[in-house]
Amino acid sequence: MYDPTVARLTYRALLGRRRAAILFLLPALLLVIAAAVRALNGADDQVAADLLGGFALATMVPLIGVIAGTGAIGPEIDDGSIVYLLSKPVKRTTIITTKLFVAIAVTMVFSAVPTLIAGFILNGNGQQVAVAYTVAALVASIAYSALFLLLGTVSRHAVVIGLVYALVWEALFGSLISGARTLSVQQWALALAEKVTGDGLVTSDVALPTATVLLVAVTLGATWFAGHKLRTLKLAGEE
Amino acid sequence: MSSQAPDTTRIHNIGYRSYDGPRHGRAYARRSLFSQSLRGAYGLGRSAKSKVLPMLLFAVMCAPALIIVAISVYTKADKLFMEYTQYAVYLQLVIAVFLASQAPQSVSRDLRFRTVPLYFSRPIERVDYVLAKYGAMASALFVLTATPLLIMWIGSMLAKMDFAEQAKLFGQGLVSVAILSVLFAGVGLVMAALTPRRGFGVAAVIAVLTISYGAVSTLQGISYATENTGSIVWLGLFSPLTLVIGLQNAFLGAPASFPGEMQVSAGVGAVYLLVVLGLMAASYGILMRRYRKVGL
Repeated sequence: MYDPTVARLTYRALLGRRRAAILFLLPALLLVIAAAVRALNGADDQVAADLLGGFALATMVPLIGVIAGTGAIGPEIDDGSIVYLLSKPVKRTTIITTKLFVAIAVTMVFSAVPTLIAGFILNGNGQQVAVAYTVAALVASIAYSALFLLLGTVSRHAVVIGLVYALVWEALFGSLISGARTLSVQQWALALAEKVTGDGLVTSDVALPTATVLLVAVTLGATWFAGHKLRTLKLAGEE
Repeated sequence: MSSQAPDTTRIHNIGYRSYDGPRHGRAYARRSLFSQSLRGAYGLGRSAKSKVLPMLLFAVMCAPALIIVAISVYTKADKLFMEYTQYAVYLQLVIAVFLASQAPQSVSRDLRFRTVPLYFSRPIERVDYVLAKYGAMASALFVLTATPLLIMWIGSMLAKMDFAEQAKLFGQGLVSVAILSVLFAGVGLVMAALTPRRGFGVAAVIAVLTISYGAVSTLQGISYATENTGSIVWLGLFSPLTLVIGLQNAFLGAPASFPGEMQVSAGVGAVYLLVVLGLMAASYGILMRRYRKVGL
């Protein structure tokens, strides 16, 4: 299930040199904005919830999920160096699960931790806002990583598709059509966060049992299908 | 024996000829690189699979314009219900995705497969390569953003709206999207040229465009809510799209669309213009620096 060598290589591919910069940039921006808002505005629970919900959970977590999830496998398939990994006596499902663990870990570290810190900067965890959004970010990290890892194995335009899902489907359609919210990782994660705080500040449009079932189903289904795609992978040349 | 060797050695003429056809020179090579990059941005001359995404985005970009025209003609309105200058702002995500998917394919693959030295074995210089790529990307974006405006303008004439007024608004819209195209192309190409891995390039471009816009509008919203309205127009300087919004508000007759309908005055607009020109020059400078070493 977990191969340390594959994990080490994936960590290096994700965090090596300049690639880590973009991963550090987003959380840093969140913290800067949080500090600026606190300085301008003082502690306000509603503003904290708006900022964490609108910027951290709706924009930052999916973006980091896209970068970590597709970055864990996409570039290797893209430049064909995946064959060196596939020719080793490691089961392909093990490769996928290992890369999934790495992607989840990276997404969690770069999204949930800054969310927690930003929450404490904004209002000192008043009404459990910081903890609630951190829980949501942790849960969303798992589902996003699995989903975008699958995209990385399926399409060469994984990053674009992932971004379109995260920005257009969840942010745009989610705010216009309420039905789209049922099929949104963000709302499933919010359902869990709502349960944690049990307060009016964090709300989700999806009931908790539905959200849990969908989260588990999407994560397991995406991982299984990614493993299946890797077993039957055809290497295409650069167009 | 060696004494017989001189008799058997001869040089054969196997018919090598030097090239004596026309030599098109530097300008021709630059033009070719420009047109090839421009066509490449829409997938022309590339595989069928790579035409799907840009053509889809182009269709998505034009569809709302057709709908606007249809409704305006049907309801016999005396003006279109969306301003020319606001169109690109509403469809910014489509523009961002187009740029994010096409800027890396324009420059990243040359860098990753180390084909840049092959370009420089032709009679072009670094400045030609950078200008051709920059110009092609800006033109591709201009085609993407100006076509819907053209559709709207033609539609306004079909609906028998006032020709002179519509032509003026259309012209202002064209100037606005031209500025937007050059600015965005510069930002996108710089991000793509700095991250040769295609996937990371895509993410970097989209992150710079949407995150900076999201951050700036969040901060503007907060300063409006806290009645700190003086800072709203200055915050607009920190993201490419709000720069264009502010600029067209100040000089191109666009309605104020910052929170609280804050108007950008001509003085502040001049600062916006300076920042925009500075960013364009900076993108050009960074690209020139980036390619200084690659060729060698």
